[in-house]
Amino acid sequence: MTFLDGHDAIGKEFETETKELEGIEEVGALKVLKRGLRASPELRAGISLTALMALAVAGGKLLVPLTIKEVLDRGITTNGVNVNSVLFFSFIAMFLSIASMALGRATYYRLAKTAENVLMGLRIRTFEHLHKLSIADHVEARKGAYTARVTSDVETLTQFAQWGAIAWIINSIQILAVLVIMIVYSWHLSIVTLLVHAPLFPVLRWMQRRQLRAHDRVRSRVSDTLSVVSESIQGVDVVRSYGYRQKTRSKLHHAIGDQYKEQMVAQKYFSFVLPITDIIGVAAIASVVGAGVYWGPDWGVTSGELIAFVFLSNLLVMPISELGEVLTQTQTALAGWWKVLEVLDKDIEVKEPDQGLTLPDTPLDIKVEAIDFSYRTGGLVLDNVDIHIPAGISVAVVGETGSGKTTFAKLLTRLADPTNGRILINGEDLREIDSDHRHKSIRMVPQDGFLFDTSVIENVRFGRNDAQRSEAEEAISDLGLWPWINQLPEGLETRVGERGEALSVGERQLVALARAQVANPGLLILDEATSAIDPETEQMLEATLERLAQGRTTVSVAHRISTAERADLILVFDKGKIVEKGKHPNLVNLDGIYSKLYESWIGNTREV
Amino acid sequence: MQPKLSVQNSHKQLLTDSESERQTIKVGKVPNENGVAKRWFRLVFRSIKAHPIPHIIGISAGNVFSLVVVGFTIVLGRVTDRVIIPGLDEGGVEGRTILGGFVAIVIVGLLRGFSVMLRRFFNFTAVEKTKQTWRLGIIDRLLDAPRAHYWSRSTGELLARVDTDVETATSVLMPLAFSVSVISLILVSLISLLIIHPLFFVVALLLFPVLALLQRFFVRAVETPARKAQALIGEVSEIAHESLDGIMVVKTIGRQQQELDRLNEKSQLLREERLKIGWHRAVFSPLLYHLPNLGILVLLMVGALLVDNGAATVGETVQSMALFMILTLPVQILGFMFQEMPRSVVAMDRIDEIFSIDTVQYAEEGKVEKPVDVIFDKVGFSYPTENEDHLEQTVLENFSEKIIEGESVALVGSTGSGKSTLVMLMSGLIEPTSGNITLGNANVSELGPDFVSSHIATVFQETFLFALSLRENLTLGENVSDPDIYSALKIASAYDFVSELPHGIETIVGERGVTLSGGQRQRIAIARALLRKPSVLVLDDSTSAVDPKVEAEILQNIKTKTNCSLLVIAHRLATIRLAERVIFIDDGKVSASGSHDELLKIDDYANLVSAYEDIKL
Repeated sequence: MTFLDGHDAIGKEFETETKELEGIEEVGALKVLKRGLRASPELRAGISLTALMALAVAGGKLLVPLTIKEVLDRGITTNGVNVNSVLFFSFIAMFLSIASMALGRATYYRLAKTAENVLMGLRIRTFEHLHKLSIADHVEARKGAYTARVTSDVETLTQFAQWGAIAWIINSIQILAVLVIMIVYSWHLSIVTLLVHAPLFPVLRWMQRRQLRAHDRVRSRVSDTLSVVSESIQGVDVVRSYGYRQKTRSKLHHAIGDQYKEQMVAQKYFSFVLPITDIIGVAAIASVVGAGVYWGPDWGVTSGELIAFVFLSNLLVMPISELGEVLTQTQTALAGWWKVLEVLDKDIEVKEPDQGLTLPDTPLDIKVEAIDFSYRTGGLVLDNVDIHIPAGISVAVVGETGSGKTTFAKLLTRLADPTNGRILINGEDLREIDSDHRHKSIRMVPQDGFLFDTSVIENVRFGRNDAQRSEAEEAISDLGLWPWINQLPEGLETRVGERGEALSVGERQLVALARAQVANPGLLILDEATSAIDPETEQMLEATLERLAQGRTTVSVAHRISTAERADLILVFDKGKIVEKGKHPNLVNLDGIYSKLYESWIGNTREV
Repeated sequence: MQPKLSVQNSHKQLLTDSESERQTIKVGKVPNENGVAKRWFRLVFRSIKAHPIPHIIGISAGNVFSLVVVGFTIVLGRVTDRVIIPGLDEGGVEGRTILGGFVAIVIVGLLRGFSVMLRRFFNFTAVEKTKQTWRLGIIDRLLDAPRAHYWSRSTGELLARVDTDVETATSVLMPLAFSVSVISLILVSLISLLIIHPLFFVVALLLFPVLALLQRFFVRAVETPARKAQALIGEVSEIAHESLDGIMVVKTIGRQQQELDRLNEKSQLLREERLKIGWHRAVFSPLLYHLPNLGILVLLMVGALLVDNGAATVGETVQSMALFMILTLPVQILGFMFQEMPRSVVAMDRIDEIFSIDTVQYAEEGKVEKPVDVIFDKVGFSYPTENEDHLEQTVLENFSEKIIEGESVALVGSTGSGKSTLVMLMSGLIEPTSGNITLGNANVSELGPDFVSSHIATVFQETFLFALSLRENLTLGENVSDPDIYSALKIASAYDFVSELPHGIETIVGERGVTLSGGQRQRIAIARALLRKPSVLVLDDSTSAVDPKVEAEILQNIKTKTNCSLLVIAHRLATIRLAERVIFIDDGKVSASGSHDELLKIDDYANLVSAYEDIKL
């Protein structure tokens, strides 16, 4: 029975959530395409013109076989060579080739531009949407996954857009165009070609499925290897000082070895199955030649047409081959696209009002009316909580881990909405209050002291969107923080590092408090840090807190003896309910939950 | 485990002061042109040397492929002359001839297919084996590298070495066999064209260099935007990461719009750079495709003239055109390889950085004699830094002390006084820059952490548990009986909560399992240390998240049920009082030593511990 444990013992409930995020499995490609088109209007812009241009480009590739046919049929015959005819056709073809080059440039650039617009749009919209999602969705276990949506998943799409997507478009059109010409030249030979190519499709489909699974297994091995490596780096001291080095080494060797093995299994499709496309292509040529010469005269096939057919077959094989190679990349890209789309489809729970109400600059009065709260998955975290907090007083919220006290604090800042009941600020429903005003007037200083990777003074200035540097400096003075600032290496300009890691936990809190001072909120909510803070900073923190709390309503999720002892009102939470309330001297004598907590608090720390 | 703020990060600040500097550092040095080719050769050579057989088979298969490809065009030409033209234009041929033509094409096609399979399989094998070799090399080095290397690099960076850098460095090896075969393909084609007729040869001779030059121009043109795009992707990642990491703070201070603007700005820049690359690709791709076409058309014209003169046959013309047709894709693959060269070479450099680490060699043998005292003899330590000015931060100076076998000592000092450094020195993780530490007459840093681990067990300030079962975390692979595990857990006051877990000590902790609270983790760490049955137990602030009452229990248990010497670093008065003796460390030196009550007479000490008294829980 202790509230020293900093984290809730989170069970397996979040495991299922992550799985749900990863499962694209058998979602059809068409479904992803449809949804993707809906989500990205940039894709639809000018799509018909792009299609026409791509058609023209594909046409340009057919020039050579067409010219060959004409030249061989009309220019080079058994009667001799009609040089003029040859030159005529050749020069036209050259001219058209050059025109095709120019058109190709315009088409490719257009495709590239569309792709980049789509990607940028997706990235930004996903990012925006993630920011709108309520805090209930932003659980630790998901943070990495969400960041991946905006970064690596969009990147996978980018690589696909640069090669795979273009390959699909150009190659599909090319295959179609080639088939059309073939049919025009000789539908007999076209049927021969198609018949010989027929086994290709089931083969490729079979391969695609197995390849995808193999690819997945490789990725698992890769992430296994990375976990083991990452652990051995982060736990280097334990590994070395506990004589665990040899075992770690063999673990690593195994992981890398397994990755190699899995990779070798996966590559079989690329090495042994894909070349079948080539072989079938050649078989088609052989069949066309054989059938063409044997039945040619009956079918009305000229030698020019037959030779052109051979070249056309080549133009058929290459795109099919390329598509075969692109299949895996396509599958990965579709999976990535799907994951991004899933994020965009998530409900935004905390909806901001269009015309919100404003709040005055004075200390705020809070009335919590019979609220319940539970997260998406899980049980009741707050149960019929009802309390009135008059303006200007300081409240300490205490209770064991999991009692609901932190969630209570979060609801006061509208990080989520209660599932039942409502919260009134100065008589107005919290949900009706304009978001900008709310951010300014109700401010939470969370436990973990997250800072942005910039200077101290910049971080403080973030307290309010339009805050000037001078106001930030004023806040620092008001809180009496100059002595601390002055002993930092670069004073106000000291960079705090990623997440503020260059500062100690306590120092980060100091910055966060200064940030809150700049906002000058009418309601301050403080989630006190539980991790060890060195005593010098601790003293500074207490002094700062006292100053910060003046002139506003303060609600602290308390972990300090002094906070509870000094509070005007203590709320004791247990299993989601407020079980005791009042001032310290009264509660201590009640012999209830608070007094037990206080006893273990005071335990062996104080020298009585 | 990083040293405190000041020195380490003030140097980081020097580095991050200008934006452009930052970019260069992130992306890496720009290799000059000559350097790239030479280094590329070395890269390829190293891979071949490591795994010669698959490489050789792959390249040989590739060359067979080239010959077969050329052979295919010859067959096509012959078939045109002997089957198609006679068959359709001249009144027909025998069925046998047609069959012959058919079979010839099929055989060559099969040969082509098989040579591709062999080429791909063995090339792939060679590349994967190379990756494996390099990965193993990197982690072996890291495992044996001096501790300092971990300070200067983040986990992310080191992971990148093992994963992305190896992939990037070897990506240039993927088309190796094919590229070599392309070169021989070009040679053989040129020769066969020459044999057919010198004019065909001339056309080809004009075309190929032009193609090669175009590739080169393209690679040069996209180099700068590609690098910038790469850097920008990193920046976009950082923003997304930071923003979502601190989502709660962003929400509470209402900074969503600013964060969005930040991302928007970088995304726009990224888009611009990518479009530059897209533009170049749009210019070069059609060119690279159509130039061979123009070449084919020229061949057609030349061929017509030659056929007219009787200097060549239609079949030979067809053969030449087929060769051209076949050559376009391979030339592009060659281009891809040239494109990948700079990136691969840079990645290889980064891998070599790890390979060039001098690993630490420890003494072969050592013996710990009784009494197992820990003696610090004028120990000094300064953190190494990467700054050119050779600024060093002295953390310990002339530290001399002794921990007698069986004693329990508390180490007290303000933040930054050197306590945690002392802990790391004791376990041999780092070496003192002056003086030495002995354990029962054995020199700790000479013998290294592996040796010391059987005598000294440390519970570090930051608890580290592996993503494994509790049992594995506790035993770390040693053969320990269950009763022993349970008694260690009992001493660490962890037995109760562990038995309440769904699977007891088989419960898996970490990302894929149960998350324990801070106090629970600390107790497991203590149990883990106890299971080593050490002579000296070091607790570096390892009960900060544990209830004071429980902490007292644990320390009592340790004192009564084990006979280790105990060194405790604590910020709680209660903990300090539990030790027999206190060492007061100030500014890296021993300021005083004695019992707690004796030391209270010293002002500095008294002030410090009274601050501890007010600490919240």
